[in-house]
Amino acid sequence: MSQELLWITIIIVGLLTLSIRLSFIVFMGKMRVSSMAQQALRFVPIAVLSALIAPALFFPSGSLNISLSNIRLIAGILAILVAWRTRNVLLTIFTGMACLLILQAFVPPH
Amino acid sequence: MTTSHSEFLHGIRDELPILLGVVPFGMIYGASAISAGIPASIAQAMSCIVFAGSAQFVIAQLIAAGTPSLVVILTAFIVNIRHMLYSASVSSYTRKLHPLWKWLLAYLLTDEAYAVTILHYQKPGDDAQKHQYFLGAGLALWTTWQLSTAAGIFLGGHIPASWSLDFTATLTFIALVVPALKDHVSTTAALASALTALLVIALPLKLGIAVAALVGIAVGLTLEMMKTQSR
Repeated sequence: MSQELLWITIIIVGLLTLSIRLSFIVFMGKMRVSSMAQQALRFVPIAVLSALIAPALFFPSGSLNISLSNIRLIAGILAILVAWRTRNVLLTIFTGMACLLILQAFVPPH
Repeated sequence: MTTSHSEFLHGIRDELPILLGVVPFGMIYGASAISAGIPASIAQAMSCIVFAGSAQFVIAQLIAAGTPSLVVILTAFIVNIRHMLYSASVSSYTRKLHPLWKWLLAYLLTDEAYAVTILHYQKPGDDAQKHQYFLGAGLALWTTWQLSTAAGIFLGGHIPASWSLDFTATLTFIALVVPALKDHVSTTAALASALTALLVIALPLKLGIAVAALVGIAVGLTLEMMKTQSR
């Protein structure tokens, strides 16, 4: 993406984000969100982030790799376990990164 | 001290514990945006213009993967749509404010500012000056986010690619999602989304992320409705 297009993209995302935040405060003050819409919105962060995590772990360099040479998958699974047991954001990132860097020293890249 | 001043300072004070977690998050964003090949000026401007942590991580990742502009915009929109719920939830308290106040507070309406502000609004007491609390919490977060992003951008420029710093984005997503999986419904929704993302990875333009997210949301919603019906 060229720098100009990058600027335009970010400005559009910024305007859209602002209009989402303005939506009820300024434009639709009298409207209520239906309970079904509320339920759907609750799943948005979970669904989007899961859709980003899975390909990053299973397709680390653009092709499917389910083997011990996929060190990102191993580090990711460890991070998931740490996040599940501790619920600690920084500890999860730290453990995953440490695991990746240690494995990287032993497994030759291909 | 006037009430408005003390409300403002109260908002800053309540936001402080959250800021401890925001600092490293902002630094990791800054560093990962640089390793995604985004120029420092744009990476910093994004913190100001978009001002939404998870969306900024997602944008940086998509740009690193060469995703077309429209798909970046669509995906970021889906990531940020949850703010509509926050907007609806605070709107009953901000109704009487001047439009300028409404615009300012809406700009500052992030996950972290919303979390403390809504609790404060729900406390009994005089509501007339509570927007000052919102402003204090929002500005404290805004300033911290800008500074920690700048620190991350500076550090990111000095870290070699062999350190695989781009992986911090994936790890951040894991750290955010896993603790949010509080019941079977949300876990199944997450797995449905993850599996779909793997199956549709061949879709052009990285559209798979948006498709997978919609499948995950639909699965979650269906299960939730079946649960309430069977009660």
